[in-house]
Amino acid sequence: MSQKVLLNATEINIALNRLACQLIENHDDFSNTVLVGIQPRGIFLAERLKSLLENEYSIKNIKLGYLDITFFRDDFRRSNKPLEANKTKIDFIVEDKNVVFIDDVLYTGRSIRAALTAIQSFGRPLEIELLTLIDRRFSRHLPIQPDYRGRQVDAFVGEKVKVCWMENDNEDAVYLVKSEE
Amino acid sequence: MELSVNHLLGIKYITEADIQLIFETADHFKEVINRPIKKVPSLRDITIANLFFENSTRTKLSFELAEKRLSADVINFASSSSSVAKGETLIDTVNNILSMKVDMVVMRHPNPGAGIFLSKHVNASIINAGDGAHEHPTQALLDAYSIREKLGDIAGKKVVIVGDILHSRVALSNIFALQKLGAIVKVCGPKTLIPKHITSLNVEMESNLNAALEWCDVANMLRVQNERMDISYFPTTREYTQQFGLNKSILDSLNKEIVVMHPGPINRGVEITSDVADSKQSIILDQVQNGVAVRMAVIYLLASKIKHNED
Repeated sequence: MSQKVLLNATEINIALNRLACQLIENHDDFSNTVLVGIQPRGIFLAERLKSLLENEYSIKNIKLGYLDITFFRDDFRRSNKPLEANKTKIDFIVEDKNVVFIDDVLYTGRSIRAALTAIQSFGRPLEIELLTLIDRRFSRHLPIQPDYRGRQVDAFVGEKVKVCWMENDNEDAVYLVKSEE
Repeated sequence: MELSVNHLLGIKYITEADIQLIFETADHFKEVINRPIKKVPSLRDITIANLFFENSTRTKLSFELAEKRLSADVINFASSSSSVAKGETLIDTVNNILSMKVDMVVMRHPNPGAGIFLSKHVNASIINAGDGAHEHPTQALLDAYSIREKLGDIAGKKVVIVGDILHSRVALSNIFALQKLGAIVKVCGPKTLIPKHITSLNVEMESNLNAALEWCDVANMLRVQNERMDISYFPTTREYTQQFGLNKSILDSLNKEIVVMHPGPINRGVEITSDVADSKQSIILDQVQNGVAVRMAVIYLLASKIKHNED
């Protein structure tokens, strides 16, 4: 296994600030907007953006939920290890709200497809947008594109983009991991 | 993590880790069934046959609801309206149903071991929904899950099972499940309704209801199963109620608040009075709600072991 740094802590911080500003441009004071972090890895990014918006840009009362998509995935029983669920926590109304999905890496688009189905269990949103830190270009299986992206990355199929967060991995960094056969 | 078994035939055959995995998965499904839309598409490509060779209301409804909330296709079968009455054997009946491409069978049968027998002869995942006086694993799982929800943990808790232990599959499965999870189990009831070798399961016997209730944290009041009693096991129902029925004055006289459970259907006024069944110490309706989540977890976990495209 060899890995290459795609983004370091400073670059991640710059990207996060830009993403926060782009969200403000479109959502003003967030009074009709909710953020939804996609489990398991999207919630760190979502938490970061929420605290950035609240602390640096003085936007209060941002609603943030976690959405688990395990039961909505299309690869149930196709993978060898069973899919493990995570906690869903959406304690607000989604009906007629602007929903922003937040995930760390956009790759095939299948997770987002599942999330689009899963969120309907909580009501009919006015509009759904997608924010990802990393957008892996040319690798989509479905017609899904991000509305906000931190960085576009080109990677081969066998490679993995790994996003590390201070809260979970003791550092902020994005790596391109090459698996050696 | 995955289950160590391909069928759920009894609590005896699964491990503590299996039970914990089922509980953790049930936590997620409990959240799902409290959503405005209570359905997930996980099992769209699975077909489940509910074979009930014996009457049931709540277990059948609970299984059916769990299957539908997981988006599985469901077919139902009751022996009273089937070819079983014409003399068809169990294996033939099930193989005929399976040839219509059914992946999983939920079966209740009056004969102990029917599920185990079937699992050796047919190619489908079997869930035992009660086999005679043997086991009723999903009931024990939902009982234990409800205790865990109410008291936080099961290890070290004292549970007394009161009533007709002899005819009860709920009792046996409960004993296995609670012991695997570290609880201490006693049984209480008339001597005639307690199996002779119960102590070989590491279960103590108590013939005085008051003493048992003073000792326990949880009392699971079983139904008097009149339909299974071929002979008289106690003189009159009234005498049974006087000795082993739980009423409000006994409950209030205890020096602590115990949790009251009942697997249903309740004979109100026999093993438990109405005011106890409806009191705030009773978690009878929680048991029913948890039943759906626990059964969803069992079906989901077993289904994840079925491979359609084996290559």
